[in-house]
Amino acid sequence: MVAVPDSAGRIPNLPRPNWHGLELGFWATPFLAYFVAPDRRLLLVQIFVYALFALSLDLILGYAGILSLGHAAFFGTGAYTAGLLARHGWVEPLSGLGAAALICAAFGYAVSFLVVSGPDLTRLLVTLGVGLLTSEAANQASAITGGVDGLSDMQPARLLGVFRFQLNGKTAFVYSLIVLLLVFVFVRRLVHAPFGLSLRGIRENRRRMPAIGVNVRGRLQAVFALGAAIAGMAGALLAQTTGFVGIDTLSFQRSADLLIILLIGGTGRLYGALLGAAVFILAQDYLSGISPEYWQFWLGAALVLLVLVAPGGVIGGGEAFYRRWRHRWQVR
Amino acid sequence: MIAAFVGVAFDGIAYGGLLFLISLGLSVTLGLMNFINLAHGTFAMMGGFLCVELIRRAGVPFLATLPLVFLVVGLAGVVLERLLYRRLYRRGHLDQVLFTIGLMLMAQAAAARIWGPSQQPVTLPPAFHHQISLLGVDVGVYRLFLIGCVAAVTTALGLLLGRTRFGTQLRAAVDHRQAAAGSGINVELLFSITFAVGSGLAGLGGALAIDVLGLDPTFGFKYLVYFLIVVGVGGVGSLRGPLLAALVLGMVDIGGKYYLPRAGSFAVYAAMVALLALFPAGLYGRRA
Amino acid sequence: MAGALTTSGLRRSFRGFTAIADVSLDIPAGARHALIGPNGAGKTTLINLLTGALRPDDGEVMMDGNRITHLPQHARVKRGLTRTFQVNTLFASLTVLESVALAVCERLGQGADCWRPVSAREDVLDEAYELLGSLGLDGDGGAVTRQLPYGKQRLVEIALALAARPSVLLLDEPAAGIPSGESQQLIATIERLPAETTILLIEHDMSLVFRFAQRITVLAAGSVVTEGTPDAVAADARVRELYLGGEGHA
Repeated sequence: MVAVPDSAGRIPNLPRPNWHGLELGFWATPFLAYFVAPDRRLLLVQIFVYALFALSLDLILGYAGILSLGHAAFFGTGAYTAGLLARHGWVEPLSGLGAAALICAAFGYAVSFLVVSGPDLTRLLVTLGVGLLTSEAANQASAITGGVDGLSDMQPARLLGVFRFQLNGKTAFVYSLIVLLLVFVFVRRLVHAPFGLSLRGIRENRRRMPAIGVNVRGRLQAVFALGAAIAGMAGALLAQTTGFVGIDTLSFQRSADLLIILLIGGTGRLYGALLGAAVFILAQDYLSGISPEYWQFWLGAALVLLVLVAPGGVIGGGEAFYRRWRHRWQVR
Repeated sequence: MIAAFVGVAFDGIAYGGLLFLISLGLSVTLGLMNFINLAHGTFAMMGGFLCVELIRRAGVPFLATLPLVFLVVGLAGVVLERLLYRRLYRRGHLDQVLFTIGLMLMAQAAAARIWGPSQQPVTLPPAFHHQISLLGVDVGVYRLFLIGCVAAVTTALGLLLGRTRFGTQLRAAVDHRQAAAGSGINVELLFSITFAVGSGLAGLGGALAIDVLGLDPTFGFKYLVYFLIVVGVGGVGSLRGPLLAALVLGMVDIGGKYYLPRAGSFAVYAAMVALLALFPAGLYGRRA
Repeated sequence: MAGALTTSGLRRSFRGFTAIADVSLDIPAGARHALIGPNGAGKTTLINLLTGALRPDDGEVMMDGNRITHLPQHARVKRGLTRTFQVNTLFASLTVLESVALAVCERLGQGADCWRPVSAREDVLDEAYELLGSLGLDGDGGAVTRQLPYGKQRLVEIALALAARPSVLLLDEPAAGIPSGESQQLIATIERLPAETTILLIEHDMSLVFRFAQRITVLAAGSVVTEGTPDAVAADARVRELYLGGEGHA
């Protein structure tokens, strides 16, 4: 937020979309990591995939305030879309990505009718129900989806006809990073645009919105469908970069993971989703060697502690710290 | 055909009754303090494991464990409420959801560590293993016992809510918390007591459910969806709503699994989504 | 002659309780009309019926002769009918400027735009600043709404309703919660509203009502008791009875 007078000499107190130095520094890191940590590329790809996934939920949850426990339904649907297309001969990655986005947008739009009205518990239940239904459906339709075994051995075609997806993960890395960056730029603009402002308005005071002429249902349905589409893209990325789609992409566990990521990073700030994903995937990678109960227990404990102590997540805590630090300087 | 149907109906009612017993605490928590407690299933699980331990280690007969479980889990509930839950009443639903998921995960992991991941056996009194003939159909005695328990508890609760001062105060507080507090009702104390009873009932339900639903560390999560459905569809602020929702849910699930085994849990989830689409605020009661 | 805002035979019940029973109003364009009545008379229900937050069981609501009875609230706002709320219904964490800009974006049809940031929209900012200026909120643009003193929040409440440039404005107890001494700014603001805007004022503060209104409708138990000029209403015996000696202050 930089206070620069506009053409009329006023200083609007609106968040300006100019890229902060910190942001540029942040985005330089993954590009650097490409060179600095070549053997961890696949792990980093996982981070990018989850970052994109978390970004989609941040739009829905952090900005529009819709409590969703079944977002993995869209992630998995996107993954299976890309996977099934590849299985049946359509291996061009970018169009697979697009197809996943479109199908999930439609799916999300259909679900959105159930999600735009009703109290929080209803929305929680409906989204949870949709997630569970999708997971069950995939399980039942094992002839198509491979059931518990999933889809495997999917080799995508050359990216843009030139770059092959090799085992060293170079193409996968750049591909997923670029997709993440492009979507992020779009979402960032959206958030600063009137649409994003109206989402915050809906979250702040839903009752006031129709009174200023907003069709709240329409906005919420649009953002839910968009969030679903982006989640679908993340799923497709996963399928294309790992060559495998498992039924766990639709599980409640995935949806819960996402909420945890947003808790760690903080909601409603976009970067929270990215940071949270990085922390979560790295932690999971580090701790997965130990028994699953160990991971589960400390994950639960971390959740409890974070909610009690740092509800704004890393970003929120960081902001609060920064504000206090700045205040101390100003007082002097 | 009819015999099978009656059998399914009985099973469904017993199952639904159990769900009601356990879910009641969740309903009150939501209605009274607007708190979404996803760890509620964990109380039921606690009750189940406590019952198993009492039978196995202390040789307490099954029926005797029931009041003990109710008291102990209820007490545990009060402690947790005072120490932890109380801090989150003013926070948003998202924080509550995340917090209670955390508690659930911790409990699940701890239980898996202590008792292992497999299902726990329970020794019921021999009488419960029989079947008696009712209306020309063979019905398990245990199922009848369950229905009896649920009926007894429901009647007791109905009397408590309708005939006692505590009940009146509770209903007032659920209807309009600020007004109730303003007229001198100690809402905090009210809530602690209600939370205790709700948790205790959940624990009791968990113990009763061992034979019917099976007990393992994932119990809290596995059936959480069902508890949420009972409350979400049944609404808060009444006994009728959750009871009706629970019974319907029980029948749909048992019936679904019996008549359409391939569909599995599909029936329940689909029915829930459909019902919520039609009644976003629940069947009875005010908005959750 | 079609009035700016008219209702005919409006009726609404809640589970057996009749909140509004056969209310017919005819408010001409540019009117300064007040609606008064004791607590529980149904004033809030009537406002909700007029704005579309509630649907009537029977009767019609019309703007300039066009039926709007079944239009949703946001559609009525687009037609030029807005309201303020008795209890501040604001965007607590948004700044004043953000709140007003939000409303202005909607009016200009830019509310769903996804690309160009709000801060780059000169037309929106111009209008927002102008509106804030006209309400004396010049320096408060950057303030977070929840941190404003109550009186200023009340002004923001009005700003949000004015951002839509309404032809009909419903003010639901604008002076509620403001001590009589401090309501001067508020009254001055209301009096400065454009003459073409039709204003329906609901108030308990009788000094405000009698100073501002050209015509008054008295509502009690869901029905219109009487309607007329301030003097006529003040002299009406039934009105006196309702207020038990003329005490109308909330």
